[in-house]
Amino acid sequence: MRTITGIATCAAALALALSPAFAQQKSQFEDYQRMTAEGSPVELFELVGEELWTKPQGPKNVSLEKCDLGKGPGVLKGAHAALPRYFKDVDQVMDTESRILHCMMTLQGRSREEALKRPFGNADKPSEMEYLAAYVAGQSRGFRLNPGNRHPEEKASYELGKKLFYVRTGLWDFSCASCHGEEGKRIRMSELPVLSSPKAARPLMATWPAYRVSNSTFKTMQWRINNCFRQMRTPEPNFGSDTVNAVNMFLTTTAKGATYRGPGTKR
Amino acid sequence: MAGPMKMRATLGSGFTDVRVLMSHPMATEQQTKGKPHFIQNVTVKVNGKTVIEGEVSQAVSRNPVFSFRLKGGAKGDKIQVSWTDNKGESNQTETAVA
Repeated sequence: MRTITGIATCAAALALALSPAFAQQKSQFEDYQRMTAEGSPVELFELVGEELWTKPQGPKNVSLEKCDLGKGPGVLKGAHAALPRYFKDVDQVMDTESRILHCMMTLQGRSREEALKRPFGNADKPSEMEYLAAYVAGQSRGFRLNPGNRHPEEKASYELGKKLFYVRTGLWDFSCASCHGEEGKRIRMSELPVLSSPKAARPLMATWPAYRVSNSTFKTMQWRINNCFRQMRTPEPNFGSDTVNAVNMFLTTTAKGATYRGPGTKR
Repeated sequence: MAGPMKMRATLGSGFTDVRVLMSHPMATEQQTKGKPHFIQNVTVKVNGKTVIEGEVSQAVSRNPVFSFRLKGGAKGDKIQVSWTDNKGESNQTETAVA
């Protein structure tokens, strides 16, 4: 019983000690983000990505240099900032990573299974997709986010993404909005931005994909959305599926107009 | 085996700012159960002359970034940074002050 009282007193003292810090929470988040960004090794991932982009691979032994990311074969400048968008050749809306996967399969002749053997890497061995995403995204620095919004499929993808953002599902009856729908929420040192608002979506989408300092890994948007679903205890969506691309389309469209300055750095 | 390095050296008024990125696992004693792998020495040379010789410990993060300010400098000065780790592996990179 004495221990329990001890813990209770301790917790109360801690809460008291922390309360002045909560008052200036906002600036602390910003300080932390600035400090981690200053020491970001993200350019190293871009360098390896560039090597992989130009390296002949797969059964056809060709590189990805002729990959069409929406701006024409081989055009990388600003391509990531203009995705997701509709691609006529596959009659589908694709984001950066889905399109890279498409190029691995069509240009290099690799099977989907082989190309996706390891979509998400770890600190010791980042995945090929992560390196490539870092390189491709880095080529859009300074471009404004402007995902496709004219084609009916693009509009449908946005509407689906919006719906998915609010629909409650899974074991815990969660939606994206359960965590990202209210101002002022956080998990440890991570803010939970209200992603349906342009103010919050802009700085976020302007810095994904990103290097995560806490576990030294590079994370793609496909991973981010996949992992949100996993945390909501729903079945994990397939890599590059319409579901993931639609959520990405909704977020990017909400963030439209932001100047891309990634790949970024996260907690 | 060593991954890439990247360096930028920019001239200010009377000083040169250098920022260098290194790929390295920087694995500690504890993480590896007694087989640590980390960068031990970092050397900075300007036009071939050594200006910094630094020792680095396991406490530094994976893929470290170092930045420092050198007195003086001029456009085109060659900055060379090299590292050696506790297993004898090494890497280096060179850039001209811009």
